[in-house]
Amino acid sequence: MSIPASVTADAGAGVPPSGLVPTAGGPEGRAPHRWRAAVRRFLRHPAGLTGLALTLLVVVAGLLAEVLSPGDPFRTVGDPLLSPSGAHLMGTDNLGRDVFGAVVHGARTSMIVVLGVSAIASVIGLSVGVVAGYRGGWIDDLLMRITELFQSVPRFFLVLLIVALFGAGLDNLIYVLAFTSWPTLARVSRAEVLSVRDRDYVEAARSIGATDRRIVLRHVLPNVLPTAMVVIALTGSRIILLEASLSFLGLGDPSVMSWGYLVSNAQRFLRVAWWMSVFPGLAIAVAVLGINLMSDALNDVLAAYSKADLRRRHKRRRRGWLRRRPRPVLAGA
Amino acid sequence: MNRRYVIRRLLQVLPAVASILLVTFVVVHAAPGDPVVAVAGESGNAEYYAFMREKFGLDRPVVAQFWTYSSNVLRGDLGTSFVQGQDVKDLIAERVPATLLLMGSALLISTVGGIALGALAARRPFGPLDLSVSTGALIGYALPSFWLAQLAMLTIAFRTGWFPIQGMTDARADYSGMAHYVDVARHLALPAMVLAASEVALITRIARTGILAEMNSDYIRVAQAKGLSESGALVHHALRNALLPVVTVVGTRIGFLFSGAVLVETVFGWPGLGRLVLSAAQTRDHPLLLGMVLMVAFSLVLANLLTDLVYSRVDPRIRYR
Repeated sequence: MSIPASVTADAGAGVPPSGLVPTAGGPEGRAPHRWRAAVRRFLRHPAGLTGLALTLLVVVAGLLAEVLSPGDPFRTVGDPLLSPSGAHLMGTDNLGRDVFGAVVHGARTSMIVVLGVSAIASVIGLSVGVVAGYRGGWIDDLLMRITELFQSVPRFFLVLLIVALFGAGLDNLIYVLAFTSWPTLARVSRAEVLSVRDRDYVEAARSIGATDRRIVLRHVLPNVLPTAMVVIALTGSRIILLEASLSFLGLGDPSVMSWGYLVSNAQRFLRVAWWMSVFPGLAIAVAVLGINLMSDALNDVLAAYSKADLRRRHKRRRRGWLRRRPRPVLAGA
Repeated sequence: MNRRYVIRRLLQVLPAVASILLVTFVVVHAAPGDPVVAVAGESGNAEYYAFMREKFGLDRPVVAQFWTYSSNVLRGDLGTSFVQGQDVKDLIAERVPATLLLMGSALLISTVGGIALGALAARRPFGPLDLSVSTGALIGYALPSFWLAQLAMLTIAFRTGWFPIQGMTDARADYSGMAHYVDVARHLALPAMVLAASEVALITRIARTGILAEMNSDYIRVAQAKGLSESGALVHHALRNALLPVVTVVGTRIGFLFSGAVLVETVFGWPGLGRLVLSAAQTRDHPLLLGMVLMVAFSLVLANLLTDLVYSRVDPRIRYR
């Protein structure tokens, strides 16, 4: 996934030279340098790379679904309940449908949902957060009360109700999940904006007559993005789980293949066809784990201190005079 | 306990309740389709429609309708289920105890297990044990609960035959007294552990971070300088401070536990809210789903209130300035 690379290309270009730049985003000086350093650190981050590989696996499966398993995933291709073999890598289900084909087409559905939801939720969340934080005053109060309104109701059950009321088409599902997924991002980005709004370089930009639009796009947003990206990635993995749970309960779009549906369909055949449950569930786990690992890694490489720094600091402390005495028994394992 | 804090915290319940009522009302109101046509059928008789509209108060201004809705909900009237034809309140109340038993067990298992694993991992930060515990937590956090439930059946229940896989009691036997509790516990074990799994992951991470931060602070150094062992410092000093964050997330976790319980219950046939929600979702039984939303939302308000009050009692630094 090209998130860090694309960010290097366009973000942070307008932040003033090193002397004026705050340390909010990291210990390094100029912003483009900061992003480049972040990418470099990401590429050295084992957990991050693992996450990237797992996520890519799912993305490639989704993109190549038509190539890997051409045709309608709902059609019958062989005898029912065949165990995994060369012809059917993940076996067939109770209606003789190829489980492998269903899983890769399910990857496509999950991808569409995650991308759609993340796009809408990011736009809403960032807009609300940045406007509230930058404008302040009654606009801030109003937007934050609205955000709290959306957070007052448990998301899973609200989504169940809305899907039942409004119908379970894929487009509906994306809107519903998007409209319930933006509040965290809004709150986090508002907090980030608040922390940079009154910095000297923003004040400097204002004093030379920069418009609000320019200040927000060039000076504020680049500082919000690192944290926002972590939140967006975390939201993405929750969306996969939520969509899978909905289709597990029979509230997904019945006309597209989805992992949750496959797992729920496997329930009655657990004793005779383990493969019907294991492979679709594994797909969900891989996708969620991949995104979670990436967002953890993003958090490490974009935050002020990377995990490597922490480890180094910890080592230094352990070498300190206090630790030089004999180790207690418990710790000596 | 600080009285001013308690009063202000209690007052915060009002806007929370109002928000819940407003959001649910707007969602139901904005739904496509005319409720009158849904109830009266598509006879096309305008007079009958008008009669029904008046009977249900749908001809009144929206604000008046919201008022009626709010007062009904607050009096505990959640309407009637489309499909089952019974009071939503009764249907939910009937199923709540089983779900609470499951959630409570999972809460206990995950809290104790998570703290223990977190402390274990914090002993040697970035050491092999820490890495494996942290990795396990990450993986546990990524597994969908309903799939983990099926895996538990496949790997543990089917293979060993120790645990029953459906329901809460053995239908063929009629146990009483102690035997009854043992029977329920055997049915409870797997669903509770599955439900606790993703929670354990969360608690482990929080506990590990908290313990690490405390163990690096000056008062621990002093205690160790005076000769207290590392485990002694942990148990007697660090743990009580490190575990405050674990208390704060209890309210949030109850929300996850509710949704997790619904999913796990449908797999294990646990006679709680899960089955109810499943059938309501499949038959599009809106009143029942609305009732569930309200019930869970109000439970969360209550849980968060209790958490904050307990927290302010445990940590006297918490108060409004």
